[in-house]
Formats: sequence, C-alpha cells, structure tokens
Amino acid sequence: MKRILSVLMENAPGALSRIVGLFSQRGYNVDSLCVAPTDDPSLSRLTIVSHGDDKVIEQITKQVNKLVDVLKVTDLTDGSHVERELMLIKVATRNELARAEVKRNVDIFRARIVDVHSSNYTIEITGTSDKLDAFSQTIAQSTEIIESSRTGVCGLARGEKALRP
Amino acid sequence: MKMMSGAAMVVQALKDVGVEHVFGYPGGAVLDIYDALFAQDDVKHVLVRHEQAAAHMADGYARSTGKTGTVLVTSGPGATNTLTGIATAYMDSIPMVVLSGQVPSQHIGEDAFQETDMVGCSRPVVKHSFLVKRAVDIPEAIAKAYYIAGSGRPGPVVVDLPKDIVNVQESHPYVFPESVAMRSYNPTRKGHPKQIKTAVKALVAAKRPVLYVGGGAIAANADALVTKLAERLNAPVTCTLMGLGAFPGTHPQFIGMLGMHGTLEANKTMHNSDCILALGARFDDRVTNNVDKFCPHANIIHVDIDPTSISKTVNAHIPVVGSVDTVVEQIFSVLDKQDVSDQKEKLEDWWKQIDQWRSRKCLNYEQPEDVIKPQRVIESLYRHTKGEAFVSSDVGQHQMFAALYYPYLKPRQWINSGGLGTMGFGLPAAMGVQFAHPGATSVVVTGDGSIQMNIQELSTCLQYNLPIKIISLNNRALGMVRQWQDMIYKGRHSHSYMESMPDFVKLAEAYGHVGIQVNHLDELEDAMARCFAEKDRLVFMDINVDQNEHVYPMQIKYGAMDDMRLSKTERT
Ligand SMILES: Cc1ncc(C[n+]2csc(CCOP(=O)(O)OP(=O)(O)O)c2C)c(N)n1
Repeated sequence: MKRILSVLMENAPGALSRIVGLFSQRGYNVDSLCVAPTDDPSLSRLTIVSHGDDKVIEQITKQVNKLVDVLKVTDLTDGSHVERELMLIKVATRNELARAEVKRNVDIFRARIVDVHSSNYTIEITGTSDKLDAFSQTIAQSTEIIESSRTGVCGLARGEKALRP
Repeated sequence: MKMMSGAAMVVQALKDVGVEHVFGYPGGAVLDIYDALFAQDDVKHVLVRHEQAAAHMADGYARSTGKTGTVLVTSGPGATNTLTGIATAYMDSIPMVVLSGQVPSQHIGEDAFQETDMVGCSRPVVKHSFLVKRAVDIPEAIAKAYYIAGSGRPGPVVVDLPKDIVNVQESHPYVFPESVAMRSYNPTRKGHPKQIKTAVKALVAAKRPVLYVGGGAIAANADALVTKLAERLNAPVTCTLMGLGAFPGTHPQFIGMLGMHGTLEANKTMHNSDCILALGARFDDRVTNNVDKFCPHANIIHVDIDPTSISKTVNAHIPVVGSVDTVVEQIFSVLDKQDVSDQKEKLEDWWKQIDQWRSRKCLNYEQPEDVIKPQRVIESLYRHTKGEAFVSSDVGQHQMFAALYYPYLKPRQWINSGGLGTMGFGLPAAMGVQFAHPGATSVVVTGDGSIQMNIQELSTCLQYNLPIKIISLNNRALGMVRQWQDMIYKGRHSHSYMESMPDFVKLAEAYGHVGIQVNHLDELEDAMARCFAEKDRLVFMDINVDQNEHVYPMQIKYGAMDDMRLSKTERT
C-alpha cells in the first residue's frame, strides 16, 4: 500500500544520505522523495512516498525515527492531509491543432503554460500524483511529451496537527 | 579560555570524556594528533599491528567494562581497515568511538593521497558519524560522539578529522561542553506504565513462562534484577549467545543457551511456553529458526530499548520500549504489590516437564581415549580457571563449545562476536579485556582458522606484556564450514581444509611467548595446569582436537525452534 511519510530532521551535512542509505540498505522502496529546508533553516522537512505492507511501513517509520539526525516522523496517509506534487512538462506544439488541444487540456486541469517556444510549450501543474499522471496520459494522446520533471509528493497534515521540534 | 591546536583539542577532549586507553595506529593524516599524544601521559595509547585489531580491542575493552572503547587511525587504508571491527561492534550494540584522520578539507573530493569517504564507507554500520569541519567544533563533536555511542542502544560512532583542522601550528579557543543535549536524540529508558501492568498480568497468569535474556540485559547492567525477577517468578531462564552471563550459568533455573546450537531444554521450553518475556533480545534468525513455526502458544512480551527491534521478525503481543534495568524495576513496582508466593506450586508441572527434557542430557558426548574432544578442553578450561576467567572467542565450532560447556557466572565475562560472526575477533578482544582488567585471567578460545586472521597481534601482546592464554582447538580444518559440508553437501569438503598449518608453538615462540602443544588426552590436564601457572607470560596452547566432531544440538533448517539434531544420528 502507498504511504506518505513526513520527516523532520536536522539540516546537517550527511543527514539526507543517511535516510537514502537506510532505504537501500534495508531494501525499502522509495517511490518519491521531496526535501528542502523549513522556515527554520536548521531543520529540513522530507516527504517520502513508499509502499509495503503494514509491517514494513512500521519498520520504516521506526528505522527512520532511530536515525540520530531525525526529530520526528509521521505517517500522513491515514489522517486527513494535504498532498501536492509539482510537474514541469514540455510538450510538442508543432501545429495549430496541437496547440489548441494542449491549451484546452491545460485549462481543464488548471495547469499553467509557463514557457512558450515555436515548437513546444512548457507547462506547470500541481496536484496529487494521480492528477499529474492523468494529465500526462491525456496530453500523450494528443501530442508528444518531450520531457518532464516531477518534484515528488510533499504533504502536511490538516488542522492542528504539525511536526515541530 | 584555553587556546590550543586542533590536535591538542582532540587529546584534551578525550581526557575530558574520561578516556584512559586509545587503540590505534599512526599515519600521515593523524601525525599532529600523535604528536599531541606524545606530550602527555593521561591517555594511554596502545600501538596495534593492524587497525582491524584496534577496533576489536576497543570492542573487547568496552564489552568487558561497559565503557566506550576508543580507536584512532589514519585516513584511507587505516580507516577502511577498521570497518570490520566497526561492523562487529554495530551488530552487537557495543559502544565505540573511532577517530579517523582525513585528508585536508580543501582536498576532500579530489581523490587525494589516502583519501576515502570514511563517513560514507562506514554509514551502514555506525550509529552515527561526524565529519568535523572546524577546529573549534572538535570538543563538541567528541563529547557528542561519546554520548551517542554509550547511551540508548549503544553502538559505534565515527569522528572524521580532516588534517587541516588538527594542524598543530594554529590555536583556537577550547570549550568542552558541560553537558550534551540533542533535540533529535532522546532515547527512551522507561517503559510505558500501562504496558508494564499488562506484562505483569500476563506473567503472573502464565502456566509455562520463560525468560529469554539477551545482550540488552548486559548492556543495561540488569543481571541482578533479572535474577531477582526469575527467582520471584520461579521461571526458567534461557540466554542468547549475547546474553550469556546475564543470569548465572550454574543457577538451578538456568536451562542453557537457546537457538541454533541451543540446548534441547531451552528450545523445548521456548516452543512450549505460554508466555515469553524477552529482555533485551532481538529474535535473531539464529534463535527463532523458521519464524512461521516460532513458539505457537506464547504470549510474547518484548522489552527492548530499540523500538526497531520490536516486531521486526516476530510479532510482540506486549511490546515495552525501554531499558531492561528500568523496565524490570517497573515490573517489580507492580509485582511487589501482589502475592506471588504460589509460583512454586503453580509451575510445578512446568518444571517437571522441563526436568524431563533436561534428563536427555543433550550436551553429553563420548570421549574415547585416542582423540581429544573439543568439549573436554572447554570443561578442563572451566576447571583450571575456576569459572572466573574472561573468555573471548573467535568464530566457529570452538565458539559454540565455549558458549555451551563453560557456564558463565557473571555478565561481561563471555566476549564474542555474536551478530557479525567475525573470525579474527578473539585475540584482539581478549587483549582489550586484559588492558581493562590487568590482573584478571583473559583467555581466548579460538580455532586454527580464526587465530590466523589477527595473529600479528601476538607482537602487540609482547610489547605490552599481556599474559593472555590462547586455547586453540586445532582441528586442521575450518570446522564449522566442514560440519555444514558434512551435513548438507554430502561431505564434500570444498576448501574447508587447511593444508599447510604453521607450527603454532614455534610461531608463539618466535613472537617471544610460550607455546604448548597437546596431542594426547592424557597430556591435557598437565598442559592446562602449566598454561595457567605461567602468570606473566602469554601462552599459546595448540591442542589437537577431533577433526570430525560436530556441534550438537543443532536446529533443523525451516523447522520450529525445537526441531533439532541431537547427534550425527539422532533427531527430536
Ligand atoms: C571473517 C570471516 N570469514 C569467514 C567466516 C565463515 N566461517 C564461519 S566459521 C568458519 C570456520 C572457522 O574455522 P576455525 O577458526 O578453525 O574454527 P572451528 O570451526 O574449526 O572451530 C568460517 C570460515 C567468518 N565467520 N568470518
């Protein structure tokens, strides 16, 4: 089952490599990993999407928590939460028809065209991973995808809950 | 505020931590630190012959005292040579700090001479590591390293020190932190009170309880508490390979080691138990055998300081995260309010059953006149040391014989590489023990294979006058490998035979020690007596033992805990 783990850790050299190393060392899956410093620059916030049965996910949570640099770990999946992923996607727009079709889909999916070139558009879209998947599948039916880059999921719990030191 | 060089800070910080011994080997990147060591006498440096041995010495030192062991090595090969020793300590949760030199900061990443990414190389086998970037950070990094290594579930910590920051030419202010606190690291010691109550209820209700005691009980110095609890409950006690000594090996409630080479009674008791209290043990695969068939009737209470150990392999019904000493005290605070004086009558049937398993005397063996059985050597060793020696072991059949035939009375007396199973561990570990306990008897039980993996340390033993007693069970083979080949590969001894054995007596003598060869059973007792009469000398006992002996009992693969072979021809 897909799980979204949110991790608060020291923004220290080597800290990220310990997380990544842990996953490869113990054979855990990483579907996506999103990391950046928080409003407090001494801390980093990570969102890891993984999958596995309950036992594996429990072990992952405990193992990550055990790392000396990690302050807190929480599993966002079951509670109510907000999750977003951002994708930049460059698509071919060689003729009027393609341009119109891309524009139409951009509007439907509430994406944005952020760069325009004679033969391609670059589109920015945020949403859940499912929405991003659906968007690329739809686009692929009408024109060619030249390249794309995704951030991986980042998420926060809704309401009062928060990961703070 | 004192001003000093980075190198002087390293040494000063070690003093401030209370380090007495450092096991190490010099080289380019740490010459400044070595120069600072030269200028003082408080921190004693032990010059080894191979950095792997330095790590095992620090490890043996730590295991036998509970203090954190310290290693100092140069960058590159010096650092990588310690990796096996670090991994050994990591698997057995032994507190250790490894100070490694590193190339100057400005050259990191350039493939400079003797550069390796030590923090990266060691990452999977350390509890934590530091790459120190500024000289002023040295005291804090070292203070934190010792704090992390020794607290919670102990483990090795690497401190990588680039050469430029330990430079003796520059001075910096030295401030040693008065206390260490880390917002991201706060190990839990106390068990959850609700869980404790549930656990006590289960223990008191149990008709067939057993205490399954591991290395965590030793790490927590909880032996006296564990013994008191076992006696209060009148429950049988089994120890893991790492837990031997946490409960007296001669106690009437002791049913022996459990697991792959555990006793019949220990494995039977576990399998038939209705309530297992695991204290600082981790349900290792060498204990459980097939987890799907593991102890089907038992309510499992698992006490461990490391939450990741709980329900990792075997599901715990009553998990308790906490240190064994604290949790057992908490158990008593609940138990003390209850009347458990009927435990004796309550468990009478259970003990009858256990005594019946015991009566099978699974450790009995035949001792013909024409060969020396390895078991006999260990029994003789026990007598000649009055059961009081520190026994360090290497890895193989001899390790299992030493675990099974020498009853350990006290914790920290039995020193072995349980988790990693590192051949070459024994001799340097026994040396670390001897440095920590100068007047005590420090013995190594080893094999002809293992001893050759760190034999160069005989030279270090001479330099520091370590009167270690080496009991080498020479079977002219990699015995444990050979046993598996006998059992599983139809006796095809692929590369488990050692064709050109050195003359170990001459070898010991060449290193300046005493060598004794024993070829016949009737020489054994005299030879042992001579060995232990040599109070001030290292003695290497090269004892010719039966090459065809196997270690039994032995669990049968894929079976339950108590599916065992009892000899070459009998099984449960
Ligand atoms: C460093 C290392 N290499 C290989 C092994 C695999 N191994 C386990 S036991 C053993 C044989 C040990 O032989 P010896 O030291 O002579 O002891 P014996 O079993 O004969 O008592 C081997 C090769 C190991 N445990 N450690």
